[in-house]
Amino acid sequence: MSLGKEFTKGIFSENPLFRLTLGLCPSLAITTSVNNGIGMGVAFTGVLLASNIAISAMRKIIPDSIRIPSYIVIIATFVSMVEMLMHAYTPELFTSLGVFIPLIVVNCIILGRAEAFANKNGILPSIMDALGMGIGYTLALVVISAFREVLGAGTFMGYAVFSGSAPSALIMILPPGGFITLGCILAFLNKMQNVKVAKKAKLNQSIAQQQLSSN
Amino acid sequence: MMNTQENLLIVTSSPHIHSANSVSLTMRDVLIALSPALLASLYFFRFAAVKVILTCVVAAIVSEIIAQKIMQREVTIDDGSAIVTGLLLAFCLPPTLPLWIAAIGSAVAIIIGKQLFGGLGNNIFNPALIGRAFLVASWPVAMTTWISPLDGVTTATPLGLLKEGVTQGLPTLNQLFLGNVGGCLGETSALALILGGLYLLYKGHIDWRIPFSYLGTVFVLTAITGTLNGEGSWYPLYHFLGGGLMLGAFFMATDWVTTPITKQGRIIFGLGCGLLTVIIRLMGGYPEGVCYSILLMNLVTPLIDRYTKARVFGGVKKHA
Repeated sequence: MSLGKEFTKGIFSENPLFRLTLGLCPSLAITTSVNNGIGMGVAFTGVLLASNIAISAMRKIIPDSIRIPSYIVIIATFVSMVEMLMHAYTPELFTSLGVFIPLIVVNCIILGRAEAFANKNGILPSIMDALGMGIGYTLALVVISAFREVLGAGTFMGYAVFSGSAPSALIMILPPGGFITLGCILAFLNKMQNVKVAKKAKLNQSIAQQQLSSN
Repeated sequence: MMNTQENLLIVTSSPHIHSANSVSLTMRDVLIALSPALLASLYFFRFAAVKVILTCVVAAIVSEIIAQKIMQREVTIDDGSAIVTGLLLAFCLPPTLPLWIAAIGSAVAIIIGKQLFGGLGNNIFNPALIGRAFLVASWPVAMTTWISPLDGVTTATPLGLLKEGVTQGLPTLNQLFLGNVGGCLGETSALALILGGLYLLYKGHIDWRIPFSYLGTVFVLTAITGTLNGEGSWYPLYHFLGGGLMLGAFFMATDWVTTPITKQGRIIFGLGCGLLTVIIRLMGGYPEGVCYSILLMNLVTPLIDRYTKARVFGGVKKHA
């Protein structure tokens, strides 16, 4: 696989949230505003990038039998660093993301990339993989939180969208709104996927028929 | 030797006895049963009731058509189930609710509550109550603004007053029974709802076990707490007739799709609804708990059915 492909697969065909449906718990919990979504996405991407590089670099010296504890230690180190950085420089975001920053440690996407990619590939592909996955996850969080913030609070990144009395449905920034939004987006993407597959099958069929008739 | 050919009986597969019942006929009966409460709400809340009820029913039908078209299913609005859902939702909305909120409630009830689960017969939750729960969480102020019937002055519901500890000037039991109190459109008149419920029982569309165990549990539990707190005999009756209990017990907790199918299961369902209603009313943050109690019991319906399944005749008892 080319480096470009390693990068783009995380954004589209293997988007961690919309295609692999990993890391749902923090995604549902913090997507109440676009700012939270971007903040979480950036923190996540930073940790994933650092842990992928470290694990890929050490993949030959980490004994196979204790690889999971080793990954956790590496990931936890970077999460602690990100947490302290956020506490120092973005205190507002730090408070609104709350417990979900330290919980990045157990985010199954990061451990999943370590186990499925970084320990089998070199550093450069691992960097591309981490960037792709991180951007894909951030985009997914922004999409979900944009729907929820606009519908539930009537704002986008803190700015009012509707003039006058906002007809916002409070439920969208409450937990049920997260499930409803994610469910609708997944249903829409799956539908698009099915349409695409059906089109491809039809195309293949007509090509096959043409070949048959020309023979 | 007998000629076996001549003695052959006609063999067909079951069922052998057909009734003329169908979804649309049953829904017609439900609509007939809801009509006393409909008339009561039209009488008490006048034009406000007409607007909210029409909006809900029309929005329910339109959402059903749109959802079924998009999902490429057969459009089944002529079975009347969307009309019933819209009407039931309107019955548990306040009369002053802005119409666009009522329409969103209907759309949520039909699309999220029913069609996304697979349509009529596959929904886990009562669609009308899903619509109401969505609206309560989204627009809590609009959903708890009440007017008193006939004159339209802003007021509180009887259970709301009770929750705030008001003891003077509460509506009388007589008013509660007839429906001359503030509250949701279709829930105020216990008399009209009981009439409709009895019609459904008479027609055999609902099983007595759910409404009776539900109402009985609420009555007994409030009687006990009333006695412990030194309230008079009016206290359990107040809980019995007030709020959405009658509407819930006869028309929502008896929904065929979302409630248990076994006899013991139905009694457990009613007991659970009653217990949760009383707990929410007396200890919870809301004055009324019928909606959430039924939704929560809907959730455990498959479990209840599983544990109350009758043993197959001749089957062996399971060892624990």
